[in-house]
Amino acid sequence: MSADRTVPTWLVRGARPLGGDPTDLLLRGGVVAEVGAGLTAAGAEVIDADGLVALPGLVDLHTHLREPGREDAETVESGTLAAALGGFTAVHAMANTDPVADTAGVVEQVWRLGREAGHCDVRPVGAVTVGLAGGRLAELGAMADSAARVRVFSDDGHCVSDAVLMRRALEYVKAFGGVVAQHAQEPRLTEDAQMNEGELAGRLGLSGWPGVAEEAVVARDVLLASHVGSRLHVCHVSTRGSVEIIRLAKARGLPVTAEVTPHHLLLTEDLAATYDPVYKVNPPLRSAEDARALREGLADGTIDAVATDHAPHPAEDKECEWAAAAFGMLGLETALSVVQHTMVDTGLLDWAGVADRMSVRPARIGRVADEAEPHGRPLAAGEPANLVLLDPGSRRTIDPADLASLSRNTPYAGTTLPGQVVATFLRGRPTVLKGAPA
Amino acid sequence: MRHLLSGGDLARDEALHVLDTAEEMARLTTGRTVKKLPALRGRTVVNLFFEDSTRTRTSFELAAKRLSADVVNFSAKGSSLSKGESLKDTALTLEAMGADAVVVRHWASGAPHRLAHSGWIRSSVVNAGDGTHEHPTQALLDAFTVRRHLGGLDGSRVAVVGDVLHSRVARSNVLLLASLGARVTLVAPPTLMPVGVEGWPCETSYDLDAVLPVSDAVMMLRVQRERMNLSGGGYFPSAREYSRRYGLDGRRLRSLPDHAIVMHPGPMNRGLEITADAADCDRSVIVEQVANGVSVRMAVLYLMLGGSEPAIGGAE
Repeated sequence: MSADRTVPTWLVRGARPLGGDPTDLLLRGGVVAEVGAGLTAAGAEVIDADGLVALPGLVDLHTHLREPGREDAETVESGTLAAALGGFTAVHAMANTDPVADTAGVVEQVWRLGREAGHCDVRPVGAVTVGLAGGRLAELGAMADSAARVRVFSDDGHCVSDAVLMRRALEYVKAFGGVVAQHAQEPRLTEDAQMNEGELAGRLGLSGWPGVAEEAVVARDVLLASHVGSRLHVCHVSTRGSVEIIRLAKARGLPVTAEVTPHHLLLTEDLAATYDPVYKVNPPLRSAEDARALREGLADGTIDAVATDHAPHPAEDKECEWAAAAFGMLGLETALSVVQHTMVDTGLLDWAGVADRMSVRPARIGRVADEAEPHGRPLAAGEPANLVLLDPGSRRTIDPADLASLSRNTPYAGTTLPGQVVATFLRGRPTVLKGAPA
Repeated sequence: MRHLLSGGDLARDEALHVLDTAEEMARLTTGRTVKKLPALRGRTVVNLFFEDSTRTRTSFELAAKRLSADVVNFSAKGSSLSKGESLKDTALTLEAMGADAVVVRHWASGAPHRLAHSGWIRSSVVNAGDGTHEHPTQALLDAFTVRRHLGGLDGSRVAVVGDVLHSRVARSNVLLLASLGARVTLVAPPTLMPVGVEGWPCETSYDLDAVLPVSDAVMMLRVQRERMNLSGGGYFPSAREYSRRYGLDGRRLRSLPDHAIVMHPGPMNRGLEITADAADCDRSVIVEQVANGVSVRMAVLYLMLGGSEPAIGGAE
């Protein structure tokens, strides 16, 4: 990687890469220049990272930045700042904007807004079908060939439920190394669905979103991907049954990958009993048994990645009746803390595992590991200086007013979570310092 | 009693206290020319209806008026879904106007819960039916009616028959009757039985004919005809088949024990879930349920708003 002379030099002292032994990291010219004990560099800015864990910059496969169209909920500027504060150096911006990101023009616009904001790299996700309508394929090749270099395609928010259309999409993206990220939701089984189908939904009088509506599509797509020899990525896996299907697919050697959201690792359906729509999300919060299976799946690698599904909504879309409220919750600024709480502090995953699931593997799935400006690379000399420093020993109580996101729909308001991002570097430049925007 | 949102909100003693108070209300008002008590003079009760229900609104209105409360009917057909005024703004408006109790009927399950717990208003909230969730005052009037006819609820066997899946009446009755010691059996085709019903404090059956001979009361639920027409996903094949398997007709009526009563929360679909001869037979207490509804709602409003005042001081 060539060095950028305009980037100041930073000396990170005493950080623990992947939670290992303390060492120094010298960031010069946008790359990691040296790793080792007792480094010095004249004129370098110094960060005392004693006790801090260093991870490669996090990569989110599933972010809703809402721009263009819903700038009242989030903008590329505010959403990428939230991402940087959460330790991310790259996010994949979902296609369900207005207009939909189903043309080269829209994905390039989002990509450029990301470059201008400069808080983290924005990799637009292209819609699979025109207008997310599930009718015909969008110009996937044009989006792939655009400046945005789209590699991930998804109708997220909608399922590509037509089996022929899904087959064609899986086949077509092979030409440019793309992947279809499926929002697995059988539409007829989930008409007007409000929360996880089960005893609680029955008691609360909220119509059910059965796990089988996800699992049936995951199973079909695994079989389709196997049949046509394509890669498949499963968005926000939420049930034990889906984990089992994906585990089986991987055991057969199929190129199937999957993500889980932080909220599905931590939160469960009983929160719906408050009727507070801040807990309304799609797929819905599931049972404790599902959450346990998701944690185990993430720990054993069946689930490849943690992806936030950061979904900002203005207050009026949440301060209302449950059935009238929008689906979705914020995630970027709390993701790492939730993963520490559910996976690291429980002993299910070490920090190297966190780096793998939140940076290395999502970068590979999104094809941003082998770009000119790659992500998800090791913290080693010669690699790009994308990294996050976090203090795993600190605890913070989440106050929605403190968030950089324009929206306030975090399900963790008032919750105390471990871990605090202290600094984030994007190609050697700090985007976050002392836990605040740099 | 701060709010009444669910049939499960009331412990056995509290529920019995409501029923006893309702008996007192009935005693003080029935058969009198002047049916008015001064208990809630100066208090304001708002009937906030996001969904049409002339029967329920009228029942609450009569109950509040008989207690001398000021009653305001606030019909909010719009909602945040249709981009009318939001629930929050409606609540803030009622708060500013100084409502002491808000009786809310809403198409969305949980809307009364939101009103009671969001901090938007300080007044008491009575759930007058929310979505497919609950309708606790209906359960109280049903319990009141059963108790009057059977003498007590402990050990009584109540069959609740029909569209349990979408019924707020069924949910509230299961919770309330269970805490009052009754044995409830839900009877419905499997498609209209909620997922997870085995965790509810009741029994279930798909066979109405097996349940009727061992029932002390049978409560027929309203079935909406449109439920069978969802293309490719109807809950039952036809109205005719539903009536044959789950309707109460003269033949089934005769299989009930002699003392058993027939109930329906109304409005009835005559010919679908109940035939005319069953609805109008001498063991039908359907009209009585309506009268009891007023007494029970008086008791609820009185206990909620009258508090410790020596309220039932006699008729004016």
